[in-house]
Amino acid sequence: MHAYTEKIRDAARRLLAEKKVDGVIGFRRGTLPLMNEPVFVRHVDHVDQLIWDGNCGINLANYLTKRKDRVAVVAKGCDSRNIVVHIQENQITRDQLHILGVPCQGMLDRKGILRALNGREPLEVEETDSQVRVSGEGFQEVFARREVLQDNCKICIHRNPVIYDELLGEMVEEPTDVDRYEDVRRLESLSVEERWNHFEELIASCIRCYACRNACPQCYCPTCFVDESRPQWVGKSLDPTDTRTFHLLRAYHMAGRCTDCGACERACPMNIKVRQFTKKLEKDAKELFDYEVGIVLEERPPLDTYRPDDPQDFIK
Amino acid sequence: MKNPYLPYPVRIQEIITETEDRNLKTFKLVFLNPKDEEAFSYIPGQFAELSVAGQGEVPIGIASSPTEKGFIMFTVNRVGKVTTHLHNMKPGDVMGVRGPLGNWYPWEEMKGKNVVIIGGGFAFTTLRSSIVWMLDPAHRGDYGDITVVYGARNPGMLLYKDELVAWEKRDDITMHLTVDGTDDPDWKYNVGFVPAITQEKAPSSENAYAIVCGPPIMIKFTLPVLADLGFPPERIITSLEMRMKCGIGMCGRCNIGTEYVCKDGPVFTMEKLGRLPNEY
Amino acid sequence: MLKIFVSKDNLPRLVDRLMADNQVLGPVREGEAYRFRALKEARDLDLNFQNTRLSPKDLMHPQTDPLFAYSLRKDDPEAGILKELPRQTAQRVVLGIRPCDAKAFQLVDVNFVTDTYRDPWWEARRNATVLVGLGCTQPCSTCFCTAVGTGPFDSSALDVLMTEVEGGYLLAAVTEKGEALLQDAPEAQSATGEMAEAAEKIALEAAKKVAKPFVIDPLKDKPQTELFGAEFWEEVQFACINCGTCTYLCPTCWCFDIQDEVQGDRGVRLRLWDACMFPLFTLHGSGHNPRSQKLQRVRQRFMHKFKYYVDKYGDGPACVGCGRCVQYCPVNIDIRRVVAMMSASCVCPT
Repeated sequence: MHAYTEKIRDAARRLLAEKKVDGVIGFRRGTLPLMNEPVFVRHVDHVDQLIWDGNCGINLANYLTKRKDRVAVVAKGCDSRNIVVHIQENQITRDQLHILGVPCQGMLDRKGILRALNGREPLEVEETDSQVRVSGEGFQEVFARREVLQDNCKICIHRNPVIYDELLGEMVEEPTDVDRYEDVRRLESLSVEERWNHFEELIASCIRCYACRNACPQCYCPTCFVDESRPQWVGKSLDPTDTRTFHLLRAYHMAGRCTDCGACERACPMNIKVRQFTKKLEKDAKELFDYEVGIVLEERPPLDTYRPDDPQDFIK
Repeated sequence: MKNPYLPYPVRIQEIITETEDRNLKTFKLVFLNPKDEEAFSYIPGQFAELSVAGQGEVPIGIASSPTEKGFIMFTVNRVGKVTTHLHNMKPGDVMGVRGPLGNWYPWEEMKGKNVVIIGGGFAFTTLRSSIVWMLDPAHRGDYGDITVVYGARNPGMLLYKDELVAWEKRDDITMHLTVDGTDDPDWKYNVGFVPAITQEKAPSSENAYAIVCGPPIMIKFTLPVLADLGFPPERIITSLEMRMKCGIGMCGRCNIGTEYVCKDGPVFTMEKLGRLPNEY
Repeated sequence: MLKIFVSKDNLPRLVDRLMADNQVLGPVREGEAYRFRALKEARDLDLNFQNTRLSPKDLMHPQTDPLFAYSLRKDDPEAGILKELPRQTAQRVVLGIRPCDAKAFQLVDVNFVTDTYRDPWWEARRNATVLVGLGCTQPCSTCFCTAVGTGPFDSSALDVLMTEVEGGYLLAAVTEKGEALLQDAPEAQSATGEMAEAAEKIALEAAKKVAKPFVIDPLKDKPQTELFGAEFWEEVQFACINCGTCTYLCPTCWCFDIQDEVQGDRGVRLRLWDACMFPLFTLHGSGHNPRSQKLQRVRQRFMHKFKYYVDKYGDGPACVGCGRCVQYCPVNIDIRRVVAMMSASCVCPT
């Protein structure tokens, strides 16, 4: 997958030289092992900053909303689905975008690797298609790549970009034998009280930094409901009621819009499994409307369309 | 040392609707404890946090003059949660005042000088305080000529109308009232924007300071006029607004570069602002 | 000043004794991360940590801090009048705080305790607390404490400095408060000269391990408007998502909000952490926002720490090099890189 790096640079160089775009949104090498930084490259001279590896988990669709310029953007499967949603929701137009599609083999779970290292600090990471070799002072660990992917990547069935202007590599095979909702079913089987407690514990450490919200491409409201002051819907303290309200309402705003890209979970400094809120809604969208978010540009999302045959069992 | 976050309890004595759009009301407040009035010793140019339990606080310039005893006065524009609530309060209601806060116009430095006051819209509050203070017999001798240019959108939007008329009649202060426009046949003062009227009346910069308060657009166009009249940036003074919470230089939000508007301001010379980042 | 040695086996006994007269706080492992908590028993203390994920700033400046309470009952003669809530008075000992985090308290002191105003809650908590710092022998690759004027064994903000030596800990009093804490400790023995020498050597070795990614000296001499207008902010800000991670994890980010919360006819006025990354932080009632753009907010945070603070107080910077923001920024905005650009005033090669 490192071969993508050269292809991304070539494409960027060409697009900038031909003035097809005002800039290219991609990743540059991070200052930490297992981290890369989103970057906006405007000049041909800087395209060599662009790279691609397993640390490109941040969803670049997050940098597209309300843009006025024309940009190229590097998009793996999930980014491309969020781009589709952005176009559907009028956050950017298709003709402003030159999408550099990157078939994805899953992104590395930095937090999971750090957890496995149990306090030992990674200083060097070498990544191949099948292995991740992490070394630090006095240690070296080798992980099977598939074992250290982000949770959402482990169950991803849309690794290939669904929309692109050019594809920078061979399409990868999409897994077919994945059980996407094993965790949701486990939660569904709990009693109401158990489920309540589960979610209360899940968010107990939340510090309301809003990294989950801000890392999410779909959270683009000019003023989020938690920031409204007239009326003020949510208190700003760490009172569990307020923290709960934030997470639950945010999850509902994601209904039928979440691509399970994992950006929220990746961003959370407290390692809260934020996807547990959104996964159930994703499952519902799939089961009730046979809808997968951001796959078909022309298909309106179920929650902004009405069909006579929509399920309505919930209306009692 | 007193807890700087604890407001003095006050009672609303009187509420005066100032403008025809009813968005500006003046609140006369009386301290519940006479001791607090003594402690609340202020100088024209300072502000205070008006505190309403259950709603929050809002920073407002003090419109009364320290020479006016027995009450303090604030003119409040209705814009947000706290000010809207304030506008719905009644005489007799209890609220809080925290202050005085911030710095003040440089009264010591201006002694023996002429003072030109230029105000626009509802930013006339601490200017009223200043005028009342300077006109007080105890201070009038300390200052030379006092010239005032004050404008609003129309006559109905001027603050403190009765006092403006009274000052107009005095011979120890020169008033230039103006409105952007009016169809009122009885309006006998100027018509035109504040910068234009300032240019027209051309107050001398000799031995003079200018205090300018108003909407950003008014300030923007008045500054070049003052420069043309020969006012150096050190003698052009303004008062800034910012979102504030603590009012005492601690909560961190109202800074312009190194300076906290709440504590190091709100009064700045243009010379000082010129050395700060343009972020206000 | 007094120096004592406590063996690892005896440390819990010392902690137990301290707990009899004080609230004792220290690093406690919670799941995969450490956090400063009040110890319930001596064995909760776990000194085998690099640093806590959240800084201990909440010990002095809690994220949610009720300041006043009031009644809103119509028939209450005191309705609408704010009443102070009790302040910290119980004596506290913080065991195992890292010297950098303690230094942060000292840097923040100048904000909360000034000639004109003193923040009573900050001051009460500071005064009621004895800081027993644990020198840092294994700095992380993200640490840069020595580049910002502190260090892994900087005792200047501590009451007692602890050094892990063979078989236990050397505890050296730094202040009178620290000296009082160490006196008459039956669990301890007086430290030998050899131990003190060993501790010094450990401290020197540790300081050598800390990276120095930039020099801050040139920052003092640049006018604030020049740094403010630098071109590199455009590049720095791109990735930022304007979340509160860096500010909330930072030991020196002190900015706060004040909010009223009402339930029924009772209300409280709260102090809450706030962040310059949030647009609401500076939004005027009129709708005008002097920092409406992401670039302005990102710039504010770095400028505040490395320029405004430095110029205002002739001290600082307001950063202790703990590296939390480096490790936890979701988009890898690295303060070391940013400050290197600020001090060189250029976009440095990546």
